[in-house]
Amino acid sequence: MSKAKQHKRTVTKSIVAVVAMFGFGFALVPLYDVFCDITGLNGKTRGVYDQGLAEKQQVDESRRVRVQFVTQNNESMPWEFKPVEYEVRVHPGELIEVNFFARNPTGRKMVAQAVPSLSPSEGAEYFHKTECFCFNQQTLAAHEEVLMPLRFVVDAALPEHLTTLTLSYTLFDQTEAMLGDTVANDIKQVAL
Amino acid sequence: MSAVIDNHTNGDDHEHHGPAKGIARWLFTTNHKDIGSMYLWFSFAMFLLGGCMALTIRAELFQPGLQLIEPEFFNQMTTLHGLIMVFGAVMPAFVGLANWMIPMMVGAPDMALPRMNNWSFWILPFAFTLLVSTLFMEGGGPNFGWTFYAPLSTTYAPDTVTYFIFGVHMMGISSIMGAINVIATILNMRAPGMTLMKMPLFVWTWLITAFLLIAVMPVLAGVVTMMLMDIHFGTSFFNAAGGGDPVLFQHVFWFFGHPEVYIMILPAFGVVSQIIPTFARKKLFGYHSMVYAVASIAILSFIVWAHHMFTVGMPLAGELFFMYATMLIAVPTGVKVFNWITTMFRGSLTFETPMLFSIAFVVLFTIGGFSGLMLAIAPADFQYHDTYFVVAHFHYVLVPGAIFGIFAAVYYWLPKWSGRMYNETLGKLHFWLSFVGMNLAFFPMHFLGLAGMPRRIPDYALQFADFNAISTVGAFMFGATQLFFLYIIINAIRKGKPATDQVWEGAEGLEWTIPSPAPYHTFSTPPEVK
Repeated sequence: MSKAKQHKRTVTKSIVAVVAMFGFGFALVPLYDVFCDITGLNGKTRGVYDQGLAEKQQVDESRRVRVQFVTQNNESMPWEFKPVEYEVRVHPGELIEVNFFARNPTGRKMVAQAVPSLSPSEGAEYFHKTECFCFNQQTLAAHEEVLMPLRFVVDAALPEHLTTLTLSYTLFDQTEAMLGDTVANDIKQVAL
Repeated sequence: MSAVIDNHTNGDDHEHHGPAKGIARWLFTTNHKDIGSMYLWFSFAMFLLGGCMALTIRAELFQPGLQLIEPEFFNQMTTLHGLIMVFGAVMPAFVGLANWMIPMMVGAPDMALPRMNNWSFWILPFAFTLLVSTLFMEGGGPNFGWTFYAPLSTTYAPDTVTYFIFGVHMMGISSIMGAINVIATILNMRAPGMTLMKMPLFVWTWLITAFLLIAVMPVLAGVVTMMLMDIHFGTSFFNAAGGGDPVLFQHVFWFFGHPEVYIMILPAFGVVSQIIPTFARKKLFGYHSMVYAVASIAILSFIVWAHHMFTVGMPLAGELFFMYATMLIAVPTGVKVFNWITTMFRGSLTFETPMLFSIAFVVLFTIGGFSGLMLAIAPADFQYHDTYFVVAHFHYVLVPGAIFGIFAAVYYWLPKWSGRMYNETLGKLHFWLSFVGMNLAFFPMHFLGLAGMPRRIPDYALQFADFNAISTVGAFMFGATQLFFLYIIINAIRKGKPATDQVWEGAEGLEWTIPSPAPYHTFSTPPEVK
């Protein structure tokens, strides 16, 4: 084989490897999500849980689990945001509904996104939400307030040693991303 | 690509004349020696620039309180110091050594892809101009640390972050092209009879480094591309509000970042493995185990990345896995260290400057390795994380590791490159000043870190004052010594005594069979290796 051919082969293989590794970098994103989803690492709770499955859960009357709610606002987010009840005691398998309160104290329309995280992360895969305000973005007009429901069931298979689950919500300001520049938006509001 | 290859195969006519005249020689050269020299000079310029930034940092830290610079500027200095030293000084210096030495060591007439070689060098000045120019722009340069963790480098970054991203892209392309060139040269252009297991260790370590580069530089390109998309195109890779995850950034970054630290040290292993046998006048002890050790280190480097992020909130199983995997790296590294020592054992040692730097490399790199082991202990890492202990650790593996390796290589091969000897007395003085300055600068940082001084801060509590003052004195000593190094090199090139072909009494290998200085074209007809 001539040198030129050899070089061509080596270079082609190398470039294929480079492109593949560039792709692999991006593939790490879904891989990471899948990995966290399977293992419940990172306290990431899962998406919508089927209502039917939730109702079919065997209620474990023999023990109660403490579910605590924590809320916080990310950096400059001005909304008032808190759970109506800070803590509930539930039987595993029982379908529970709680509410969170949010109020937009500003004079403009705003969009928010709540991001959940559960501690200890081991419990994340046993915490099923059939309905949650965190599945969608919340839009509130100026000075509007709202009660946002969360419906969940703690899986009956929850390990015995987990007696307290703490669910934390962080509220992010998504106004700019969703409604465009906030200042421009203010002007629009005034014009209307 | 076919143009590159044609150029090489039809290149017989240019093998018989010397270099072009004037600036054109350097702009259009495809000669591995010219390109190697340009890489080395460029990296030295970057070394001085990054060094000035380090001295700015050390000057501010000489005393507690804010004296000289604003905290915002301090952050830009720490960031650019790291980026310039990693991507501008250490990596191009090793690519320069590879360009000069690999063809001469394997008996090839040039690198496999000379035109691409020219290109991969000439990207670099533009990449670094782009990066450094941000200092003079509104908002200032990158200020988020060389690890550029999101969202600090996305949501909260200065607008100039886009220049930083394109700069990193360009450096990445340059490194990847350089790596492909090295691989093609080593795999396809060895002289007849030079089997893989007869290759000098510098060539081996570079082959493995090149594979690491090909594997991880694209991941770095990917992560900065994700940042670019988050900043400008509304994606949410690292933005929690949009469903992304900042911790994901750290995983992807360190997947690149940990192999990267071996990219910076493996060629230095190779250099030291060439030099110690020469001055011990013995064959390298355990050649095969050296090759396997380098390969194992490279493979292990892919499964230990999360030891940089023990404190992000990993499950116990994860902490244990990454802790033990990291500690496992000490085994092949220990094999290397013991092999170097055994090579010296009962050798006829002489202590010329390259040997001094190599011995210091073995001793001080081992100290850096041990502090690395301390950091690998996950429960203890919670205490050391983000303190000056970490700074001490990685400077111990990079300064007396990578940089002493480069110094040793320059002293060792300069007579072959230039045909002239450097002044041995001045060389030894350079070594001792560097050795003392470097230890004075970095050793106290261990104590500062263990006492709890956080890294990347422009001001600190009073009790850290004395060690910081010592550290600053050492840093300035080390920095000034490198200007002296520049003088030694220029003095050697201009007025040094002519060197013999073999240069060193105990030197073995193809590069010592050709005249000093190495002619513009070497091994146009391949040598026979027995």
